[in-house]
Amino acid sequence: MKKLSVKSVVAIGIGAALFFVLGKISIPTPVPNTYISLQYAIQAVFATLFGPIAGLLIGFVGHTLIDATSYGPWWSWIIASAFAGLVIGLVTMKMDVNEGIDTKKIVRFNAAQAVAHLLAWGLVAPCLDILIYKEPIEKLFVQGLVAGVSNVLTTGIVGTLLLIAYAKTVVKKGSLSKED
Amino acid sequence: MAKAAILSYIKRDSFVHELTGTTKLIFFILWSVASMITYDTRVLVCMLFMSVVIFKISKIKIKDISVVLGLAAIFLIMNNLFVYLFSPEYGVGLYGSRTVVLTIAGPYTITLQQLFYHLNMTMKVICVVPVALLFIACTDPSEFAASLANIGVSYRIGYSVSLALRYIPDVQREYHNISQAQQARGIDLSGKDKLFTRMKNSVAILLPLVLSSLNRIETISNAMELRGFGKNKKRTWYRLRRMTGKDWFVVVFVAAVLVIDLLVTFWDGSRYYNPFL
Repeated sequence: MKKLSVKSVVAIGIGAALFFVLGKISIPTPVPNTYISLQYAIQAVFATLFGPIAGLLIGFVGHTLIDATSYGPWWSWIIASAFAGLVIGLVTMKMDVNEGIDTKKIVRFNAAQAVAHLLAWGLVAPCLDILIYKEPIEKLFVQGLVAGVSNVLTTGIVGTLLLIAYAKTVVKKGSLSKED
Repeated sequence: MAKAAILSYIKRDSFVHELTGTTKLIFFILWSVASMITYDTRVLVCMLFMSVVIFKISKIKIKDISVVLGLAAIFLIMNNLFVYLFSPEYGVGLYGSRTVVLTIAGPYTITLQQLFYHLNMTMKVICVVPVALLFIACTDPSEFAASLANIGVSYRIGYSVSLALRYIPDVQREYHNISQAQQARGIDLSGKDKLFTRMKNSVAILLPLVLSSLNRIETISNAMELRGFGKNKKRTWYRLRRMTGKDWFVVVFVAAVLVIDLLVTFWDGSRYYNPFL
């Protein structure tokens, strides 16, 4: 593994703190233990800005802290959170938001987060749940898909708006022109 | 704010508190691995009993963690309910026999096997809860990074974790301030608005939060860089404590639990203990 830069170390720390704080104020859905989670929007934005390792660790550390301070850690979902951050980071790796944002980048960000969340909650989490907790398959896939779809929607709406707003605040290279 | 629901370090004077962070981390990891692997009722009952004993030793009172326990209970009840709604015959398939106790309606009958499955599933979660809670309540956060580094995690990651713990209160305060300010401007996050409007409104709170966090990242990473963070391969920790006899005893104990757990669980080639045979 490449050495983490100082900036990534700090980004993971602050990102995980944000993930934790937002995870505690989630809006419930009709399916038990499944929430509309704003923290995934933040995770996606941070994964895009700071790369896959940051995305992975923000998910892992943040989710572990949320679980450990409310009930015991539910490892399969923690790993799924980490996985989602990793995938988003990987797909958007070469995409520099600091250079401005256009439709292509927005589509790529959304494709990344949709694939990541559907895989994480529709496949990784239920499979690990079967392996670890042996719960009935139908229940797990319904729960997983509801979580996946709601995360895709939350990240799609909130994450995209955040990313666009962020890109607008960055001063672009060559934005100053010399006066004649 | 959901502040009361958040568990944090509680300083007491007990055997569990005296153990080093490293010991508690190893205990927590091995214990949750052990509970994840097994579905054997006998093992689960023993682990549950031991976790209650450990809880007693720690001198943490039920009162200290009642909110958290309440949350865990709700979580468990909902989970059990949904497992039952989706497959009321799951236990029957698992244990290979069927003893009906009560018929409710349609496919919903209560069988002994299903009840037994629910019992096992619940115990599997419950036996980790006290250990997880104690780990949080009895480990000094500033010692935690040192413990992570001690079990071989890169110190950079250890530092990330301790930064997260350090900045959670700050971020929380900031979130609170921003959300109050935006509410004063008429932006509502509560259930009164439609879900979609609520999501859009949340951006108005999240954006300042993200931007200020990015500034914070800049400031902290500059400060760390100036102090030469990450220059060397290793790092020493102010709060690192040496493992003593007690610590080794606890580590050996939890390793033994894991080994016995594996032996008993896989002795007969099945993860389940089947009393119905």
